Amino acid sequence: MSAQPSEATADRVLELVRTRASSAEAEVTVRTGNQALTRFANSSIHQNVAEELSHVLLRVAVDGRVAASSFDGPPDEDGLARLVDGALEAARASAPDADWPGVAPVSHAPDPDHWDQATADASPNERARRVAAFVGAADGLETAGACETEATVTAFANTAGQRLNGRATAASLDGIARTATADGSGRAASMRLGDLDGAAAGGRAAEKARQASDAQDLEPGRYEVVLEPQCVSNLLQFLFVYGFNGRALEEGRSFARIGEAQFDPAISFADDATDPGQVGVAFDAEGTPKRRVDVVERGVTRAVLHNRRTASGAGTESTGHSIEGGDAWGALPSNVVMAAGDRSTEELLAGVERGVLVTDFWYTRILDPRTQVVTGLTRNGAWLVEDGRIVRPVANLRFTQSFLEALGPGAVRGVGSGRELVSGGFEGAYLVPALHLASWNFTGGAQG
Amino acid sequence: MHDLASAAVEAALNAGARYADARVMEMRTESMAARNGAVESLERAERAGIGVRALIGSSWGFFAVPDVTPAAARRAGEEAAKVARASTLVPGRDLELAPVEPAQGSWASEVLEDPWSVTVAEKGDLLESVTRAMLDHGADVAEASHDIWDTRKWLASSEGHRIDQHIVECGAAMSATAVGEAETQRRSYPGIRGQYGTRGWELVRELDLPGNAPRIAEEARQLLTADACPALDATDLILGSEQMALQIHESVGHAVELDRILGWEAAFAGTSWLDLRQLGSLRFGSELMNITADATLPGALGSFGYDDEGTPAHPVDIVRQGLWVGALSGRDSAAQAGMPSGAAVRADGYNRIPMVRMTNVGLLPGEQSLDEMIAATDDGIFMDTNRSWSIDDKRLNFQFGCEIGWEIRGGRRGRLLRNPTYTGIGPRFWGSLDMLGNRSEWTFWGTPNCGKGQPMQVGHTGHPSVPCRFRGIRVGVRG
Repeated sequence: MSAQPSEATADRVLELVRTRASSAEAEVTVRTGNQALTRFANSSIHQNVAEELSHVLLRVAVDGRVAASSFDGPPDEDGLARLVDGALEAARASAPDADWPGVAPVSHAPDPDHWDQATADASPNERARRVAAFVGAADGLETAGACETEATVTAFANTAGQRLNGRATAASLDGIARTATADGSGRAASMRLGDLDGAAAGGRAAEKARQASDAQDLEPGRYEVVLEPQCVSNLLQFLFVYGFNGRALEEGRSFARIGEAQFDPAISFADDATDPGQVGVAFDAEGTPKRRVDVVERGVTRAVLHNRRTASGAGTESTGHSIEGGDAWGALPSNVVMAAGDRSTEELLAGVERGVLVTDFWYTRILDPRTQVVTGLTRNGAWLVEDGRIVRPVANLRFTQSFLEALGPGAVRGVGSGRELVSGGFEGAYLVPALHLASWNFTGGAQG
Repeated sequence: MHDLASAAVEAALNAGARYADARVMEMRTESMAARNGAVESLERAERAGIGVRALIGSSWGFFAVPDVTPAAARRAGEEAAKVARASTLVPGRDLELAPVEPAQGSWASEVLEDPWSVTVAEKGDLLESVTRAMLDHGADVAEASHDIWDTRKWLASSEGHRIDQHIVECGAAMSATAVGEAETQRRSYPGIRGQYGTRGWELVRELDLPGNAPRIAEEARQLLTADACPALDATDLILGSEQMALQIHESVGHAVELDRILGWEAAFAGTSWLDLRQLGSLRFGSELMNITADATLPGALGSFGYDDEGTPAHPVDIVRQGLWVGALSGRDSAAQAGMPSGAAVRADGYNRIPMVRMTNVGLLPGEQSLDEMIAATDDGIFMDTNRSWSIDDKRLNFQFGCEIGWEIRGGRRGRLLRNPTYTGIGPRFWGSLDMLGNRSEWTFWGTPNCGKGQPMQVGHTGHPSVPCRFRGIRVGVRG
């Protein structure tokens, strides 16, 4: 696909706004690109999809009355005029928004260069070949999963003069291999399709499935755990959405206390859109550059994320963490990076006296945002570990656990040296290691 | 628009597809949210495009363009076939389609009050006033919202389908959050996700948000100092109809999706504990349990005239007197299972491939009222309004939490209980159902946020439900 930005469309929208409402504030985002996903199950491709993207989003403020309007389609003159008229009409009919923070000021956003032309141009055959490699490496086990590529070009402009362009590609391969009694997962993600090794992911999934087969139930209770990266990314999502969120902090719903040692000293993580291992562009939905925010440093809570509205309420500046359509949620992470430790997964396991190695979490849901009590299940392989050795596979377990306590002072016994990029909720990406935690509350087996 | 769809189909056939269908869709949406007395966001969107499905060998190819021109339609058809052909690098058994009579027709949902005719100012006043009322009655955070989805779609297929539909969906939600020393409590109305249907603004008026705002704010505040739900290995549990809708959705609706049963969703959404060889003989629950999937229910959120591959809507028995007898299916999954299509295939936009989705999956009503259930319970707990939901990838082991609970002693509703949760295994839980709410309590709950598929699709599903009583249920699981 072409990497030409859509600046002309953004400029034209602003021009139309000015001619209709000269004093209005406006911000416009134009996004074009493609998304494709090749899905397989029962070891064959069964759903193979692709789409072209063409999206224009306009938000206007007329005398403090705010409305947003968007459309998908070719940005022709009629469509843009309808978009502008619709947004202005809705804004004028709205009540004034006393907390409207205004549009973003002019500031520079770095180019993280998260673009790979080969990924942008990837054909369905290239995705299918990676799927074939995954299926082949499973060596006869039934497989299922998906290979996805995405390329987007984004132009942002507002009436304060802020103009930004960004482009990003992303690719992922995520699948399972299945025996008669167990599933195992293998995955890879990058900004480059070329980085994805289908055979390696398929081989790992098959190895996990075989090792997890014929699992026995484990008595519920508290155990040490070694959580692989998918679990760690899931854990951080809850901390960010309900805790390190300027909106939650302002409303008293967050657990975060700036300056306090709320976590184990082994834990440090940030949101950093410019990390070379990450994906995406370096500005948010409001045109604010995404700053690196060191959220937790050596166990001490240092900061929360802000969009323009939450920042205004807190008397600070936006950190660049607004997402499109996400106003109700507040400020959300886009590129979480957790500091790696110095131990391989094998070394983490060697430190376990009696615990459980968990591949993936599944269907986690918050019970209380303040205490971060979450329930969920294990999936795609779990094993009992005793005296540093894997003893046997265990059937999937349900847990009900405070994620805050799980990472609290003294609760982290080891941090993995390798990191994996894992897709998370709200389109966030998490570059995280495995963790060895002192205690995890398993409240039941998946079979009852 | 039918001509555009037909041009896309023809292009796909010319490019090698043995079957193709195309949907032209125009979607118009409005979403408004207020917080703490002020409207915080008003978002409107217009989307139009063409999505083409082409079948080659064992795989669907699908291609979508945000462009409703003849050239775009032809290109989408050609690309859909090209994408399908790439699937032959990892082939499976040829995909067949259950036979249907190619339908030609029109359908529209009934709207008594056009939601677009209600002014933005009136909508904003409603949401602002109820959030102010909640603040006045003890809420620390008060939220309210409404949503309108207005969809027109035109379908054509290589078998001769030619269908157009106009579906208007509408609804609203509000919640009050109280912040305490150590935790937060929330009450929602009419349910955690609000209430939605294939109806007009009359649905929002019937909800009576202003009449319920003070109550839920006061309840949220009261919950902060209420006793915690006791941890009991077995007690009698009465669930309100809103929580029952969630129970049906998660532990029955998803479990009977035929694509899950066939393993097509294994890596992401998961599979099902159900085995097709047990269809017709497996006991899913007690004899009081009768579940149907019925897209013909007027006004319910999962209603339509035809599914997105053109099969006319019709009721399908899922569980009859406790026995598992049916599944949610489309033409491809039904053919593989050797059954007729259940007309349950939908896509959430022009740019997504149609897949098996719940329609209106719900309980048929029984004989008792909620008051009679409480009066008949000597020692138990009544829970209502969903708060959290987690279930395993086979849809067997669940743990659900509710916003509010009450102790029941000697047939009377007693003290308030905070953080009520319950857990169970699907067939054992449903097997313990012994009292079922009557027709006067039958509510068509709408769930507007059912996630499934890759890329993710957000489905709109309906769940007719009534209050129910279950025996010997584990409650009060804590972290």
